[in-house]
Amino acid sequence: MSLRHLLDTSSLSRQDALAILDTAEEMAAVSSREVKKLPTLRGRTVVNLFYEDSTRTRVSFETAAKRLSADVVNFSAKGSSVSKGESLKDTVQTLEAMGADAIVIRHGASGAAAQLAASDWTEAAVINAGDGTHEHPTQALLDALTLRRGWCPAHGRPPRGGDLAGMKVLIVGDILHSRVARSNVWLLTTLGAEVSLAAPATLLPKGISDWPVTVHHSLDAALAADPDAVMMLRIQAERMGGAYFPHAAEYTRRWGLTDERLTVLQQLQMGGTSEPALLLHPGPMNRGVEISAAAADSPQAKILDQVAHGVAVRMAVLHLLLSQNHDDGSTA
Amino acid sequence: MTDYLILGAKVLGESTADLVLRDGKIASLGADTAAPREDVSLETIDATGLIALPGMVDMHTHLREPGREDAETVETGSRAAAKGGFTAVHAMANSTPVADTAGVVEQVQRLGADSGWTEVYPVGAVTKGLAGTVLAELGAMAESSAQVRMFSDDGHCVNNAQLMRRALEYATTIGGFIAQHAQDADLTSWDTEHPAQMNEGSVSAALGLPGWPAVAEEAIIARDVLLADYVGARLHVCHVSTAGSVEIIRWAKQRGIQVTAEVTPHHLMLTDELVRSYNPVYKVNPPLRTEADTHALRDALAEGIIDVVATDHAPHPDQAKECEWAQAAMGMTGLETALSAVQHAMVETGLIGWRRFAEITSVRPAEICGHTHQGRPLAAGEPANLILVDPSATTTITPENHATKGRNSPFRGLELPGQVRHAFLGGHATVLDGELAGSRTGRTA
Repeated sequence: MSLRHLLDTSSLSRQDALAILDTAEEMAAVSSREVKKLPTLRGRTVVNLFYEDSTRTRVSFETAAKRLSADVVNFSAKGSSVSKGESLKDTVQTLEAMGADAIVIRHGASGAAAQLAASDWTEAAVINAGDGTHEHPTQALLDALTLRRGWCPAHGRPPRGGDLAGMKVLIVGDILHSRVARSNVWLLTTLGAEVSLAAPATLLPKGISDWPVTVHHSLDAALAADPDAVMMLRIQAERMGGAYFPHAAEYTRRWGLTDERLTVLQQLQMGGTSEPALLLHPGPMNRGVEISAAAADSPQAKILDQVAHGVAVRMAVLHLLLSQNHDDGSTA
Repeated sequence: MTDYLILGAKVLGESTADLVLRDGKIASLGADTAAPREDVSLETIDATGLIALPGMVDMHTHLREPGREDAETVETGSRAAAKGGFTAVHAMANSTPVADTAGVVEQVQRLGADSGWTEVYPVGAVTKGLAGTVLAELGAMAESSAQVRMFSDDGHCVNNAQLMRRALEYATTIGGFIAQHAQDADLTSWDTEHPAQMNEGSVSAALGLPGWPAVAEEAIIARDVLLADYVGARLHVCHVSTAGSVEIIRWAKQRGIQVTAEVTPHHLMLTDELVRSYNPVYKVNPPLRTEADTHALRDALAEGIIDVVATDHAPHPDQAKECEWAQAAMGMTGLETALSAVQHAMVETGLIGWRRFAEITSVRPAEICGHTHQGRPLAAGEPANLILVDPSATTTITPENHATKGRNSPFRGLELPGQVRHAFLGGHATVLDGELAGSRTGRTA
């Protein structure tokens, strides 16, 4: 594995993606043991630099780092010098001076992680934990791990070493503003899946014709195309004011996974097998808006698996970035 | 006072001539008249291999003074202009305070005159405080010692159609024109939490940056050429950036509407693919567009649909660019790279020769702005505002070597052709051998 940073999935090779997923399988095994801890990153410092509130993602990274015995520093934009107007450069140089080995950054500005990695502000490994509406690569990796754990066993293969060749994955909702959708489109395609999207035209980016996806404007038509997995995206409250679609009720009627559509989903089986199709949601859910309560709690929903897989994937990423030997002989 | 004898320059890249500069004018095109005068030194410049061009005239710069002297001053911007081959520049009105009164434009004019590296013409604001609500004191600025004729809210679009109509009409009564920054505020989510950040298209879709559609520019240009036609006024379109805008301007010119247009060197050369780096040095308003747009702009400039090159020189301090893309300031420096960029994009591609280069960088902008002593033919009796350019030189662009305070050049590291070797402002040598020599007010760099 040659990665120095994990910034996006658009430039992530199939080989590196599979290496992360396979390592995550090992990490998942550790997480199911009574003693859930490995010594691999003892003495290393992981900084969670969060400019946006995201308790879920931060706790997931923190848990992952601690299970690898790393020291964890949580640096939140609120209550820090950031609120006094300190620049990203100064903050990162400060963290560098304190000896950060990895910086996990969540930022509202698209490209913030890439800028850190390209700068000479820090030598630390940079892990993108979500940048604006650009990418959220560890979310896509945990989604891929979840999909692979369904797809491969359904076909009589172990997940390890497998890919998603031939799997039809439907992503539904606000593609325009979703870093989760972007990261999933690139990663799942790299792993061989056929990705389709369902959304109103107002929530699809202009220029999407270049993407390796099939676009549906009707969720019913998209479900009729027999997807093997359906991923519902969260609709942000600020989109509901009438600028992108008339109101939440109309969105739910046309693009929500309602109880009626759940019965359609329940009939779907994964590619020629008798296993049911999978239902994913990156959370947090708006029950009753993009997903009905019955759908969220249905047996097909893998939403809590996704959370568990998040820790395994983040352990894998930290492990691979921080304990590998680089070509120049140095350790990251 | 020094007379200059310039030997063997190719005038407009065509026939070779010797030029004598004396008393602020081109005294003759023959060396035989260059007998030394009493008490006047005569300096001879070997211009073999150099092209003589009229000094360039920039309709669009941001000199930042008054108010943002940390970014640029009229003095440093003027030095950059001289080094870049400009004998006249126009300073946009978005200073602090805004150049919306006679007092501010006179201040800028005086700062320019005191500097003496190039002629500095203040542009007046169209609306008070650039706020887009009421007209600024256009008449007072026109009657001031700065004699303002070009009015622009550049950086902001005059979005209100009624106000734009009135501005166009009012400008006709004072012999002026409106230079519009064409950007529909609604289509670019301006003054919201998530304003447009880059050209809308396949790159913005992948990068997750809010898109800045071409139609946001084109819709305003379409509206404004119709308004200019309706009220019989003159409209100038700042920094045209899309192929669609070119088509609207072509249509308007065919109809006889009084519209002129400019394009920047960076929009001729650079595309939104560069934004994939998220390096804010590529953040600019209007945004870098697509490869197809750059070709349409080049063709339009060669053909005359676009009249002039203007730099939109926009220096910023480092911290305004060393930050997140969304927080970064918009704009690029341009005065010291314009000649090279245009030579690269237009001359070396065979689209234009040096005669047309002189038209788009000097003759037409001087005509549009009414500067009768700039953009003149290189002939005996004409004002000695001219430059000598080495077209065979190549330079690796190094912003640290620039005279502007701004280090935000998008051309950093590129090897570009052409170099301004000598520049003369009213017969005074401001640049000699590629270095600032001295201003005509006696200042040195």
